[in-house]
This record gives sequence, C-alpha cells and structure tokens, in this order.
Amino acid sequence: MTSKKKETSLSICVKDLTRQYGALTAINKVNFSVKFGEVVGFLGPNGAGKSTTMRILSGTMSATSGSAWINGICVAQNPRKVKRKVGYMPENNPLPVDMRVVEYLRFRARLKEVPKSKLNDCVQRVMETCDLARTARRKIIGTLSKGFRQRVGIADALLGDPEIIIMDEPTIGLDPHQIQGIRKLIDNLRGKHTVILSSHILPEIERSCDRVIIINRGRIVAAGSGHDLRQEFLPGNRFSLIIEGTASCVTSCLSESGFDTVILESTRLSNDKLELILRVDNGDAQGLRLIQVLSGHNTFTLHSLAPFEPTLEEIFLAATKRSWEETLENKPKISA
Amino acid sequence: MRHFFTLFKHELRLLLINPSTYIAAVLFLSLMGFIYWAILRDMVNTPSETIPTVQFFSVFWIPVLFVVPLLTMRSIAGERNSGTLDTLMTTPTSFMAVTLSKFSGAYVYYMLLWGLTLGFPLITQKLYPHAAESGVLLEYAPLAGSFLFLAISGILFISIGIFSSSVTRSQVVAGMLSFTTLFIVIIGGQQISNIADTGSGLSSLMLTTVNYLQIFEHLDDFSRGIIDTRPFFYYSSTGLLLLGLSSLINEAKS
Repeated sequence: MTSKKKETSLSICVKDLTRQYGALTAINKVNFSVKFGEVVGFLGPNGAGKSTTMRILSGTMSATSGSAWINGICVAQNPRKVKRKVGYMPENNPLPVDMRVVEYLRFRARLKEVPKSKLNDCVQRVMETCDLARTARRKIIGTLSKGFRQRVGIADALLGDPEIIIMDEPTIGLDPHQIQGIRKLIDNLRGKHTVILSSHILPEIERSCDRVIIINRGRIVAAGSGHDLRQEFLPGNRFSLIIEGTASCVTSCLSESGFDTVILESTRLSNDKLELILRVDNGDAQGLRLIQVLSGHNTFTLHSLAPFEPTLEEIFLAATKRSWEETLENKPKISA
Repeated sequence: MRHFFTLFKHELRLLLINPSTYIAAVLFLSLMGFIYWAILRDMVNTPSETIPTVQFFSVFWIPVLFVVPLLTMRSIAGERNSGTLDTLMTTPTSFMAVTLSKFSGAYVYYMLLWGLTLGFPLITQKLYPHAAESGVLLEYAPLAGSFLFLAISGILFISIGIFSSSVTRSQVVAGMLSFTTLFIVIIGGQQISNIADTGSGLSSLMLTTVNYLQIFEHLDDFSRGIIDTRPFFYYSSTGLLLLGLSSLINEAKS
C-alpha cells in the first residue's frame, strides 16, 4: 500500500461489535473507525468495555456478534493475519519474570516473524526507542521496576514495526518523568502508525491523542477531538474570574448587559476575594467584552479574568453521566 | 505450526534457567539411585532370576507419579495464572503449537532424567568390575526394551500432565489432578485386572480391553523384547487426543 493510500484509508473499522460473558454484556453494538496515522484514546470507567474492545481488535478474543476490520482484514476470519499487523500490549502487561529483557524481546521478535537477518537490529531499535538499551538490556525482567516493565511491554508491542499499535493502560504505575517519556514515544509514532491507547490519566490522553472515544457500560457515549467533545457536552464559553464583591453583583451586571450567564463554581480565596467559574451561553461572548462590562462597575472590583477550558475529566464525567441518565430513562419501570 | 520450534527452544531454555528443574533432577536421581542400590543389595542377599534392569524399571511408576505432575503442573496453569499465556497469544502463533511445545519440553526433560539413570549400571560396573562380569548389569535387550516402553508410555503420562495443567489456573490443583489421573491409569488398570482375574464374570471383550490397558503387562513385554504395536497405538493415540483436547480447552478459555 502506498503512503498516500495509507493516509486516506481506514486502519480500524468496527461495526456493531458485541461481546457477552454469559448474561453480562461487556460491549454492546460498538461502532467506530480510525484512520491511518491517528492516535486515538480510549476512555471509560472500570468495566466499561475498553479492554474487551482492545482484545477483540488484537485478535486475542472473539466477538459474540458484529465485525472488526484491521486494514481491511476481518479479525474474526483471519486472527493470525491481524496479529501480524497489530502490536498489542495487554492490560497489566504480564511478562515472564525469569528472562532477561533482550532474550525476551528476541523470543517475541521470532514469534512475530521478524526475519532472522533483521532480528538483532529490530530488537536493538525498539530497546533504544523505549530507553532500555543502556539501562536494562541484560537485566532479568523480574528485577525491573514497574516503569521499566511497562517499557518492555511497549517495546514488545513495537517489535516487527506493526501498522497498528494497541496499548491497554500503558502509563499505569509510571512516575511523571516516565509518563512524559511515553508521551514523547507516542508523539514519535504519530503519522507512522495507528495508535489506540487506553488510560485513566485523562490529561495524558488529552495531550497525546488526536481523538478520544469515551465508552461507558459497553456503549460508545462520545467520540471526537477534545474541542468537539467540549462543544457537545459542555457548551458555552467559560471564564475564571477573581473579584472583590459578591457573585450576585456580577451576574446582575452581566444580565443587564445582555449576557446569559450561569455561575458554575464559587470559591472564596480570602475575606474579600472570590473566584468564580462562569459559563456564558452567548456564542459570541469575548473576554475583552466581558472585561469592559465588568471593570466599569462600582459594586465589585474585577481583579482578573481568564478563559477557562473544561478539562477532559469534566467532559468524561458529563458524557458518562449522560449515558447513565439515558440508561435509567430507558429502564422499564416496575409496577408496584 | 511454524512457531513450534521457536516455542520449543524457549521451553528448553526456561527449563535450563529454572532452579526447580535441577531440584526435580536431584530428587529423581536420588530416589532412583536409592532404588537401584536397594535392588542390588537384595540380589546379593537373595539371588533372583530377574535381572536388576528389569527390576529397576518395574518401579517406573514411583517417579512417574511425582515427577510428571512436577514437570507439567506449571506449564499451562502457571502461564495462564500469570497472564503470560495471553501475551503469548498476541503473536501469530496457534494454541496447538503452544500445547505441543509445552509437551515436547516436558517430554524431552522426562526422557533426559530417565537417560541419566543409565549412569547407575555404568557406575556399578566401574566400581565393582567383578559384578559386571556376568553381564547382567548392562544387558542391552531388556535395557533397550525398557527405554522404548518409557519413551512411548511417556507420551501418555506427559500428555495427562499437560491436560491437567490446561483445565485449571491453579498449579496445585493441576498437580493433584495429574497425580490422581496417573494413579488411576497406572495402578487402577492393574487393580481392574486383578478383579478380572478373580473371575467376577467379565465378558471376554471387557477382559481384552482390561488387558489392553495393562501398563505393567506392556512393560513386561517390552523388557522381554516383545515389541507389540498395540501399546504404541494406545499411548500415542490417547496422548495425542489429550493434547488436542488441551489445545481446544486453552482456546476456549482465552
């Protein structure tokens, strides 16, 4: 496949994917697609179905119904072909504790059908990429710290230069330095590989990923870039204000000037200072215009005003809350 | 199956670096060395027509009951419990290749342990050359027959161990299941035969079947140089069936 074709093609296509464990439905009619070179973050509370979806995509688990396609290959029909195209790092990253890092990676490279002539170079390259070559090359995996073990797992996923890399919680248990290292690594993969990763560290996802898919109770509740999700789940412009005075004075002042506002949060900073998080629903509300309105009032004093972007955590909470509410609404009522 | 040799080499490497491999070898050789010494001492005190090699291999079931569960209980149950079996299956390999590699690794080690017992008659011959003059210590025909028996019965015994390891996550449960199944197959067959011999009215077909499953009878035949194809068929077909089932269980449990 030429690089131009690759860029326009879908790396992953999932249609009505469902997986049941007995009576429990882990994922229910999940639909999404990922373009080549995209970095996509999978978000969801525990038991939402993230790992199940990832395992099905990697060909290690079969779906109850629906279909998943990797580079146009049906996962259910050709799991082995799919495994050749996917580098998968499973949840908790289980590794054999009594092997040396380099031995383990060589063994994995052989299983991933890396040609003999390229095997040593391939292993060396992934060890350098994951910063294992100098520090942990000949160390026994059982003696490595959690961070280094995660790196071994990521190095394993990169072996054989797969087109798609799926990582289930790659940053779990890592310190901030290591997380930054993983972020850089993911940045390097952008454009060259399609990457899907799940994480509970939401700012991490926001920084690393081009797109986010939020999954809750086995269903996709939101998908899109951070900006798109903000518009969908937390519309309106938000501002953070520090004032000397009362919140009611601010709202009355703004409503007099034609602004439709809601105070989302109010924190007292000192006896006279108050921090407010304000949502302005007028689409054209600009910071400069607000400063003009608020600074000319004598019932309170404006100390600072800054735009306030909702974090992914807030979007995540809003999206999952909405899906919970929808579930409750759709639940059949039991008559007394 | 193209990954079989990679996985098999990996299994052998794991056996080599695992301290429990050496502990099992020391225990096995100590026990068998003691049994060999006891047989020789017995022969000195009460001369017997049966040669020491035949007597030695007639107690094959003692180490089998302990060594086979020890060798195989970790193979799949341990890997499944630690999650490394799932990691293994993220590569384009098959469950059959994984199961066969586990079996082959354990089987090679099992045969190696038995091979090391050849050292006992050699050491005895070296230390007591006058005892070896009669040639009973290293009589090749019963030795070859007994080793052939161990090699083909080993297919079934190791397969039982691998199968037991496939059905559970717990190594202890796998070991116990393997021990119990081996006990039933080896000792149970003999007991059923004893009951049949007392003439409790078993049909001729049942008697043939019971005799067919008599592992001690097979050993007797092999050590006397009677190479029958029926035991070959029994051990290899049952072994392969168990390995196939293990592979299916692993696939279903993934």
